[in-house]
Amino acid sequence: MIYLSGIMRVFQMGDQMVHALNGINIEIASGEYVSIMGPSGSGKSTLLNIIGLLDNPDSGQYELDGSNVTALSEVEQAHVRRKKIGFVFQSFHLVPRLTAAENIELPLILEGIEPARRKLLVEETLLKFDLQDRSQHRPAEMSGGQRQRTAIARAMILQPPTILADEPTGNIDHRNGAEVIALLEKLHQSGTTLIIVTHDRELGARANRHIAMRDGEVVSDDKKASR
Amino acid sequence: MKLRDTLFLSLKTIVSYKTRSLLIVLAMALGVAAVVVLTALGDGARRYVTNKFSSIGTNLIVVIPGRAETVGSFPGAALGQTPRDLTLEDAEALDRLPQVRRYAPLNIGVAELAAASRLREVTVLGSTAEILPVRHIELAQGSFLDRGTAHGAQILLGWKLAREFFSQGNVIGKRVRLGDRRFLVSGVLKPQGESMGYNTDEIVIIPIDHAQELFNTSSLFRILVEVRSRGELTSTKEEIRKILRKRHDNEDDITVITQDAVLATFDRILRALTLGVAGIAAISLAVAGILVMNVMLVSVSQRTSEIGLLKAIGAPSANIHHLFLAEALWLSFSGGVLGFALGQFGSLLLRFAYPQLPAWPPTWASLAGITIAFVTGLLASLLPAARAARLNPVQALNTK
Ligand SMILES: Nc1ncnc2c1ncn2[C@@H]1O[C@H](COP(=O)(O)OP(=O)(O)OP(=O)(O)O)[C@@H](O)[C@H]1O
Ligand SMILES: [Mg+2]
Repeated sequence: MIYLSGIMRVFQMGDQMVHALNGINIEIASGEYVSIMGPSGSGKSTLLNIIGLLDNPDSGQYELDGSNVTALSEVEQAHVRRKKIGFVFQSFHLVPRLTAAENIELPLILEGIEPARRKLLVEETLLKFDLQDRSQHRPAEMSGGQRQRTAIARAMILQPPTILADEPTGNIDHRNGAEVIALLEKLHQSGTTLIIVTHDRELGARANRHIAMRDGEVVSDDKKASR
Repeated sequence: MKLRDTLFLSLKTIVSYKTRSLLIVLAMALGVAAVVVLTALGDGARRYVTNKFSSIGTNLIVVIPGRAETVGSFPGAALGQTPRDLTLEDAEALDRLPQVRRYAPLNIGVAELAAASRLREVTVLGSTAEILPVRHIELAQGSFLDRGTAHGAQILLGWKLAREFFSQGNVIGKRVRLGDRRFLVSGVLKPQGESMGYNTDEIVIIPIDHAQELFNTSSLFRILVEVRSRGELTSTKEEIRKILRKRHDNEDDITVITQDAVLATFDRILRALTLGVAGIAAISLAVAGILVMNVMLVSVSQRTSEIGLLKAIGAPSANIHHLFLAEALWLSFSGGVLGFALGQFGSLLLRFAYPQLPAWPPTWASLAGITIAFVTGLLASLLPAARAARLNPVQALNTK
């Protein structure tokens, strides 16, 4: 359950103030499938970063599962990110010198899980995301689709209730993009809240709820009754 | 994040940046190796000198007639008296001290040695049989003033003299003339070479009474006293002064020196020298530290987006901080260990090239070298690690 009220985010650009977010009010229930669309610079990524606790609003209220997460300390916010949020980026952000298996393992290491259990979890996850034959490949040796699947596997290995995807198909071709979307939707169907920022109308239309942004404000927010 | 995982992950990182890591490790290693080798050299020199000194006798006290330091204030001098001679009786009196293991009275002079139609001037030492153990003189053959022959007209020849005068055959029992007196060769000294002032290969040793008659004197040049243990040196020195003052009508007219005092001075000088060169070598470690800092800073800016990712998947700043510190620790640890090995190897080569020089690196220097490497590595990584930990995750993620 994500509750945003009056969220403002202002950046200083030289002597100019950029209102990246200008009073955002949104409520997203758990298990929703939301797409956020809007022109470039409308504040989509900024909003996603605030939801994911990578950034904090200058004013406004953000409650995640009923608690005021903007008031948390840096360490506590990191903990919330680890437990509740899975990030998927346009450019994958895999660590180039680590293999697919090692990249997937990173959240488990941060969480302090024992090596034996880590190994088990990584193997399971590789299997689940159909990456078992790529486990020892480094990112440079994988296709865009495989890289994004690896990144999604990494985001999901601690089974967070929410996935935040910022242009997840922006760097991959159409066919692989469809595969990635199918994967994300499968996660949604098993109960994960899915929030996708995209420029792709077709992809945006697939969501159950469409939020449109412009100049840091929500200009429309319509929910499909059901799908 | 567990400490073990931090160490393992950072090790993986530095292994994957092979060239860069190798360069840092090498710079660190050379610094540590320089500390180790240079201290080995300095300490080797110190030990070499110490050994040289103890080869002329250990726990030695030397009694010299006359009050060397304070001639002007010597009351007898003002009255026109000469200081009392040091006599054989004085020497025997010292022997009664329980701390004294043995003693050797000594006279030195020059006389003409003649034998087998050869003639040359030689340095003559007059003493007792005890001169051999006291001065660590060893015989190649024969004996000197063994039991029952205490007053025999025996003479020991230096190695070179023995060869010069009697090129072949047995030397023992041969007759020689020293000045106007006749002696029987009873032994030959082992070759020793130059040792503190004169060449023992070209001296002769005769009994003290013969020497005193030869040089027409009743006084001694020195009394050499060997004390049972090093710890008793100072107290014995005082005892000797007391005994001789009593015997010399309460006049302080002798000088007592210990070899230790001389040795201690050399020891101090060479220790200071060793520390000095170690310090200079340590500067190269500081330079290596600056290199580590530079490389770590580059590494942080190259891996900015990776740091952003780690934060995005839930790493708190402390984790990032520790990861970079751990990398520096691995680098300086490997540098320290490699440098230690290089230093040991260098010292080995030194000892191989100069077998006389006991160039063993002192333990403190090896430990200090590794510690300094560690500390500089850590210090140098503080800034880069802090910078990495402070990065704003959103900006870091957007850095290419
Ligand atoms: N760190 C920053 N410093 C200054 N301005 C920023 C910063 N981050 C974002 N902005 C500005 O805030 C506004 C919103 O940016 P944001 O990245 O959220 O847009 P976006 O909708 O994701 O655009 P795009 O579709 O191009 O990704 C833009 O005008 C951008 O220039
Ligand atoms: Mg964006």
